[in-house]
Amino acid sequence: MHLRVKALESVLVEKGFVDPAALDAVIELYAEKVGPKNGAQVVARAWTDPAFRARLLEDATSAVAELGFTGSQGEHVVAVENTETLHNLVVCTLCSCYPWPLLGLPPVWYKSNAYRSRAVIDPRGVLKEFGVELGEQTEIRVWDSTAEVRYLVIPQRPAGTQALDEAQLATRVTRNGMIGTALL
Amino acid sequence: MPEFPATPFGAPERPPFAEPWQAQAFALAVQLHAQGAFTWPEWSQALGAALAAGGDDADYYDCWVAALERLASERGLASAGVLGDRKQAWADAYRRTPHGKPVEL
Repeated sequence: MHLRVKALESVLVEKGFVDPAALDAVIELYAEKVGPKNGAQVVARAWTDPAFRARLLEDATSAVAELGFTGSQGEHVVAVENTETLHNLVVCTLCSCYPWPLLGLPPVWYKSNAYRSRAVIDPRGVLKEFGVELGEQTEIRVWDSTAEVRYLVIPQRPAGTQALDEAQLATRVTRNGMIGTALL
Repeated sequence: MPEFPATPFGAPERPPFAEPWQAQAFALAVQLHAQGAFTWPEWSQALGAALAAGGDDADYYDCWVAALERLASERGLASAGVLGDRKQAWADAYRRTPHGKPVEL
């Protein structure tokens, strides 16, 4: 496979369609810099700043841009909030659409056929495999991310965290929590 | 039964790319998109089709490369013939280059 990629890259570079330095910059950005810490910052801000939370639920793309989180595959983000009676779960049934600027690149299981095909049909069963058991009274809403709309789950703020500040709260937010496959 | 291991934030995670070619292929798609070669909806259609064709055992980044090749060919950036020849040229170059020397065409 590496020869096929090498062939693609060398032809595209030769024809001037891509710049090798820009390729390196892209790899560095996504391998090292962009990750779920960004999304965690957004969630912590939403928990501590009601005005920000309102803006986030109204227009997440603009709200996360306030924190500097813009870029490829973050062009249109929608935030969905978990409550006592509603749990949100995100999948991309077609491929692997995911809000890169907020969560980095998706984990292996998110891209798997198993998750993509089962999350919609049997969300409760899938959540159980993640160790998440929700009461019957909790509604589960499954959101299918697409190239046009990518979803970020705002998990419920954990109990007993009233004394924590925004930065401390951010450390409590997990990547899976923001996909909906974990509770905090 | 497939496993969906929950990775707590802050715990060591698998790096996003298992091998360098995956990172290169990823970056090629991001760059071609930035250059306007295709839109994200077009990309997700192509990747989705490659994943569907690959079935349960498909390797994600193999499908990624297949989607890239298809779009590069459809958009007239690099035909399948040109890519096949170039792949062969690289294979030959790897074979004839002595160990420790940079591989060049």
